[in-house]
Amino acid sequence: MIKRTIIPFGPQHPVLPEPIHLDLVLEDEIVVEAVPSIGFIHRGLEKLVEKKDFIDFVYVAERICGICSFIHGLTYCMAVEEIMKIKVPERAEYLRTIWSELSRLHSHLLWMGLMADSFGFESLFMHTWRMREKILDIIEDTTGGRVIFASAKVGGVRRDIDNAALKIIWTNLESYRKELKEITDVFIKDSSVQHRLAGVGVLKKEDAYELGAVGPTLRASGWARDTRKLGYAAYKNIDIEPVTETAGDSYARCVVRIKELFQSIDIIRQAVAKIPYGPVEIRVTGVPDGEYFARAEQPRGEVIYYAKANGTRFLQRLRVRTPTFANIPSLVKMLPGSSLADVPVLVLTIDPCISCAER
Amino acid sequence: MAETQKLINIEIKDLLEKVGEFHSSGYRLAQIGCSKTDALEINYSFDKDYSFVNLRIVISSIDIEIPSVSHIYWSAFLYENEISDLYGIKIKNMAIDYKGNFYRTTVKFPFNPPKDTQAAERGIAP
Repeated sequence: MIKRTIIPFGPQHPVLPEPIHLDLVLEDEIVVEAVPSIGFIHRGLEKLVEKKDFIDFVYVAERICGICSFIHGLTYCMAVEEIMKIKVPERAEYLRTIWSELSRLHSHLLWMGLMADSFGFESLFMHTWRMREKILDIIEDTTGGRVIFASAKVGGVRRDIDNAALKIIWTNLESYRKELKEITDVFIKDSSVQHRLAGVGVLKKEDAYELGAVGPTLRASGWARDTRKLGYAAYKNIDIEPVTETAGDSYARCVVRIKELFQSIDIIRQAVAKIPYGPVEIRVTGVPDGEYFARAEQPRGEVIYYAKANGTRFLQRLRVRTPTFANIPSLVKMLPGSSLADVPVLVLTIDPCISCAER
Repeated sequence: MAETQKLINIEIKDLLEKVGEFHSSGYRLAQIGCSKTDALEINYSFDKDYSFVNLRIVISSIDIEIPSVSHIYWSAFLYENEISDLYGIKIKNMAIDYKGNFYRTTVKFPFNPPKDTQAAERGIAP
């Protein structure tokens, strides 16, 4: 007779940088059910919007997450700008696009390092993070920060990148692409990596959609959905097609993120080639009155910012639906059938950011 | 470039039928969120081929119970538990009910605390 065991996984676990708890119901070594719990670090940042000036709140929005901070700030700005009918200067739209893609690069590289570490390939982890440092250097050179960019603002961006610096980025990214390929080839071709990821945690195409999955988790199951196709910032002027895989397993989720690295490099180079001269911000006057759902594509998937304003300097409501929150149901569905040893890898394949989810 | 968004106000009694229609039309549940204005507004957001539609119900009091849509969209249980924990809204028949333990907050229903509770927790005499 198979014995059922319940193993508590997290909130403190070596593979988890942030706290999430799973009650794993096991039959021998196989997971048959998983019940998630979050809420260990709920910060109530959404509530803070009632006490912060709507212009200043972008600093709080950026601090919802330390990895995709820029896109949090950007999406907040997009929501307010739409309510106030603010037309952001075109150069600012391009700069927003460049910084968004730099965010995606460093986030995906961070994830790849963590993933390599989780399946015990430590030298790959180190090389991946070495490559990430080069992206962080570009971010530091252009924004002054490595984690919090503090560059998005309502009405544009806080700083410009001069054309000489843009030219250096454009050139460096081409050589960077070649160096990056050496690392990513290991993820894609190494048999030990494939052994740990292929066929593990399959999320069927219909399940991914039904469960509301977003980002690489959705695209790895065959759905060509990418919020950048909405054309916010300068994406309307950029050639971009969603990266998809069809297997829906951990390997497919890894491959999607790897291909998106090269896609981000292409997008940055396109943006640098097309960026017009002009101002990077406009003066914002008045107060917002109305509501809007702004959507953007973070490294982990679609983020939704709902802002509701009542004609004062304080928003009435800010609701943030983060991609990790949307991907938790998919994680719960993909765990049953996997072995206990695969659980840490599987949890990482949705690239969980609990800091975001518990904003 | 702002996307076109649609907002449909509905009654609570029509919620399950309308959500069922979105489900059978192939819409993805994008989010469920609550806002406190004079009343409590709950937005059910759906997406299909980048088309964004919101259903909105308004409830005047947390004593009004609303039905769970998690038996139509299973993933809704997360959003519904969140709303239940942060606002104190009663949602019946959730697919997974954390019974108020989804978020471990020191203040009960922090986004919609009863006025006397709020004052008492801050040590202020009512």
